Amino acid sequence: MIEAHQLTKRYGQKTAVDRLDFVVQPGAVTGFLGPNGAGKSTTMRMIVGLDAPTSGSVSVNGRRYAAHSAPLQEVGALLEAKSVHPGRSAFDHLMALAYTHGISRRRVNRVIELTGLQSVANKRAGAFSLGMGQRLGIAAALLADPATIMLDEPVNGLDPEGVLWIRNLLTGLAAEGRTVFVSSHLISEMALVADHLIIIGRGRLLADTTVQDLVRQAGGDSVKVATADPGRLREVLAGPGVEISGQAGSEELQVTGISPRTIGLAAAEHGIPLFELTATTVSLEQAFMALTRHAVEYHGSATGIEIAGRTA
Amino acid sequence: MTPSIAIPAVASASARSPAKAARPGYRLSGGRVLHSEWAKLWSLRSTWITLGLAVLFLVAFGLLAAVEYKSRISSGQHIDADFATATAVSLSLFGTNFAQLALGVLGVLVTAGEYSTGMIRSTLIAVPRRLPVLWSKSAVFGVVALVVATAGAVITFLLTSGILAGTPGALTMWNPGVLRCLLGAGIYLGLVGVIGTALGVLLRSVAGGISVLVGTLMLVPGLISLLPSAWHNNISPYLPTNAGESMFALHHAPHTLAPPAGFAVLLGWTALILGGAAYRLVYTDA
Repeated sequence: MIEAHQLTKRYGQKTAVDRLDFVVQPGAVTGFLGPNGAGKSTTMRMIVGLDAPTSGSVSVNGRRYAAHSAPLQEVGALLEAKSVHPGRSAFDHLMALAYTHGISRRRVNRVIELTGLQSVANKRAGAFSLGMGQRLGIAAALLADPATIMLDEPVNGLDPEGVLWIRNLLTGLAAEGRTVFVSSHLISEMALVADHLIIIGRGRLLADTTVQDLVRQAGGDSVKVATADPGRLREVLAGPGVEISGQAGSEELQVTGISPRTIGLAAAEHGIPLFELTATTVSLEQAFMALTRHAVEYHGSATGIEIAGRTA
Repeated sequence: MTPSIAIPAVASASARSPAKAARPGYRLSGGRVLHSEWAKLWSLRSTWITLGLAVLFLVAFGLLAAVEYKSRISSGQHIDADFATATAVSLSLFGTNFAQLALGVLGVLVTAGEYSTGMIRSTLIAVPRRLPVLWSKSAVFGVVALVVATAGAVITFLLTSGILAGTPGALTMWNPGVLRCLLGAGIYLGLVGVIGTALGVLLRSVAGGISVLVGTLMLVPGLISLLPSAWHNNISPYLPTNAGESMFALHHAPHTLAPPAGFAVLLGWTALILGGAAYRLVYTDA
């Protein structure tokens, strides 16, 4: 479990992370989303104590990360930037980390096996491909069998097989009751694994939600209908929970709240000819973009006014 | 009847958190960080190469100096002042100046190398309290440098003694002050290694650390000698290099410190730089 309370990081004038409040629960995969530069990596660095918060706090399993007696057993972290000496072999790298906590050689061999690094374990890490480097980072994160796993952009640079492997690993770890916190700037990737989403933009919390709720908030599922008589169809479909929109003079309507099937049946019953009946789903990308665009407008009010004035 | 009540309770508790029940008792400790740093040092090829260079410099330059001295003495050539007062100790420690560069640079690499490669993030995530990393790195590398340098000095002395037999500079291991000088040179080089590791943490840059190290050890003494001699004589004994040299000088020269005082001054410099490194390590984001 990770709990952030009014977590803030400022670099001089620039605020990288702005009063974040969130809780990452165990037993689920929580996606940490935001455009590049939103403050995801900085937040993760603060969780493991690499950066000190300017104000606010973040705790892991009830305590500050550094206050634990076996920190690696609390959080296993893979950071975005390379964190390995290129001159050391994968095995020696893991062994050096293992010694700090009294972790056995057997456990080191186990994580090497788990991440599929057996054949390259004795090669210098500097010669590793991006994908191998990512696997080594994940092996290090899993080393002490941690209660919380935190991965920053883990699928970057992985081939499709590697991406699938990560997906299964994450859901497997969450199923074992662990806290899994994964960042990404690709919501489509997150939608496949994450149960929960924490979305930030410009360091601020934009949404603490689930994939379904995010889509629903952004407009949800709607049906596009083209008909010869939009006026009559509106009357026929009108009812509680149904929203219909369309431009005057256009044959097209956007209907939310009822299924294409119901619309088709109702139209047939009243003899209204339909030319088109299409279910459209707001893509996660669109929902995500809508959220983050809002953040940009909210923060950059000065430039926003200028642009609005120019277009008006 | 009580066990039958207790068993389901235990079973449901372990079912709720299976991962927790089976978790081994790992624990971070100072001794383990020391072990980790020891393993890190020896798992890099650069350690072996640079330590080898340091020994090579000590032995090769010591032998060269001894051979040169012997040939001048035996040929009856003009002998300049430096050579006239030379002893088996001063000749065999001639390579110290070069060995200090190798050991100091390796010290910088031990710490600043982690910053330049990003390894420091892995290290500090494993040891988030940070200071044990600095103490362990300094201790491990300081002791390794001390042992290697002392061994190198003793080997060189034994080899040069053979060459110098029968010359005015000849000495044996058991002459007064000889052992103190050989051990003093080892301690000096060990502390130079510690200064290197501390500079690496303080500056977080391999190039920066090496520059400051070379500047302090080799350039500053030269610059100080440009000062008026009254100032120079007061300042110069307290510079790290000169304080260190007094630890392995057989005879106490004017305007130099006695060996224990030299040791104390060099320790002071080391502590000062270590203190700065500790401050930067704890209070600056990694």
